[in-house]
Amino acid sequence: MKIDKNTINKIARLSRIKLDDKESEDYIKDLNSILEWVEQLNEVNTENVEPLSNISSSILPKREDVSKDSNSSDEILENAPDKLEGFFAVPKVVE
Amino acid sequence: MNNLIKGEKHDWEMVIGLEIHAQVKSNSKLFSSSSTKFGSSPNSQVSLVDAAMPGMLPVINKYCVEQAVKTGVGLNAKINNYSVFDRKNYFYADLPQGYQISQYKYPIVGEGKVTIDFKDGTSKDIRIVRLHLEQDAGKSLHDQNPSKTYVDLNRSGVALMEIVSEPDIRTPDEAGMYISKIRSILMYLDTCDGNMQEGSLRADVNISVRKPGDEYGTRCEIKNLNSIKFIKQAINYEAKRQIEILESGGSIEQNTMLFNTSTGKTRPMRNKEEAHDYRYFPDPDLLPLEISDEEIKSIKSSIPQLPDELKNKFIETYKLSNYDASVLTAEKQISDYFNEAINSDNTLKNSAKIVVNWITSELFSLLNKNNLELNNSPVSPKNLGQLVKLISSNEISGKIAKDVMEDMFTSGKSAREIVDEKGLKQVTDQREIEKVIEEVIEDNPKMVQDYLGGKNKLLGFFVGQAMKKTKGKANPKMLNDILINKLNKKN
Repeated sequence: MKIDKNTINKIARLSRIKLDDKESEDYIKDLNSILEWVEQLNEVNTENVEPLSNISSSILPKREDVSKDSNSSDEILENAPDKLEGFFAVPKVVE
Repeated sequence: MNNLIKGEKHDWEMVIGLEIHAQVKSNSKLFSSSSTKFGSSPNSQVSLVDAAMPGMLPVINKYCVEQAVKTGVGLNAKINNYSVFDRKNYFYADLPQGYQISQYKYPIVGEGKVTIDFKDGTSKDIRIVRLHLEQDAGKSLHDQNPSKTYVDLNRSGVALMEIVSEPDIRTPDEAGMYISKIRSILMYLDTCDGNMQEGSLRADVNISVRKPGDEYGTRCEIKNLNSIKFIKQAINYEAKRQIEILESGGSIEQNTMLFNTSTGKTRPMRNKEEAHDYRYFPDPDLLPLEISDEEIKSIKSSIPQLPDELKNKFIETYKLSNYDASVLTAEKQISDYFNEAINSDNTLKNSAKIVVNWITSELFSLLNKNNLELNNSPVSPKNLGQLVKLISSNEISGKIAKDVMEDMFTSGKSAREIVDEKGLKQVTDQREIEKVIEEVIEDNPKMVQDYLGGKNKLLGFFVGQAMKKTKGKANPKMLNDILINKLNKKN
């Protein structure tokens, strides 16, 4: 896989990151060298090997269904740039 | 049955599939210990996990997993021993993580099916593609301030089951019946409270139209409908819209639509610059979810009787029609009520159909008029049973019984009390009825002549007069027989 200008612009847009031309060029170079390096793995024969979604051999820990009263609004809203009557206030999102 | 819509040139068929989002009934959220209680003050039930503070890690709620498995069993579906949680990435103000934890390639529940029953006695299977577990997002309020959106994260992280159907649905009514059936199953299982008003159950509808027999057309998705009425309205409007476009030579653009509940119209959501690109990938914070056969077995054994089983039991035990039985089992409170009523007296078993009729017509319409739920009915199942017994043993007529029912509803008294107090017992004494009829005949010589002269319709007049004299208490069949007999003798 080759990263080109279009791909880097798409990734930037999806990540909501603004890149100038110089930065785009740098990222294209960086990402391509990372991908090239990873592509070495293609040399390994993985036929009949199950995909691995996690390297840990432990099993998923589960909790009991007990709710803890948090009464969290003050703490949760503490760093909010803007709030009103317990709500976060954000620039209008219109659908 | 004709499911087609008339078009200008030919008939059209709707093809509909539903994605139902059902909130899991649990005390705490899917990956945090915050409460799931509805209607609390904004942002009061938000843990650091739900707010996506850096370094917080999700820990799965065991009970929510069991609830999903139970639901899968109720949908006659395959339970997967191995499933995986993925991140679905998108930016929105009420999604603090920047991704929703969901299941993509490996859902917890696979293919299943549910059956819907029609009034004419036929039924149809709707196939289920899958059920997966995912997090709910927060709630955005757009209409409070001209330049701001307000966000409440109380719902953020609450467990949802997304139930996806195959496009097996062909009419708005079928869509309504399908979601009612799913709701009923969820409520019998107690895995979702089924409250559509509070948003515990909502649906996205996928719809396209085609010439019967053709390939599927291009579909549109109508988002987030929270009542059966709106689902039907939205489907009707959207199908009409698509047919109009196609008949005037246009083509359907695949789109996500919103339904405006006050205008009854659908409109496309503002086109995103780019088609959705959710970049699903396995959540590195969560190991795969593994469920052993033993666990599945033990969950299965905890499952109560489901609507379809109960329906078959009712058909077999009480000789009810498929439709009657499906009405009774549509909601747990209805089947519980019926069970209690019919078991309140062992002679009622043979009057099951009458019991059903009195519940589903008289009682339901009284409850409706008074805006009451069956659970709060002033007429207890036992009292309704008693009323039916009075009818089937001929102690009171069906017509009188209606008045008694209304009286029971307002006074809370038993049928027996009311009948005794008001002296409503049916007159079945042959001689008493004969006497009344003789009076009526004597009082109306002209009418008798006309009747005998061929005006058969006048029979109703005599019945009415005689009934009036007995204050409606005469046994209608006896009255009829005696009347005809007496009139003919005059000839």
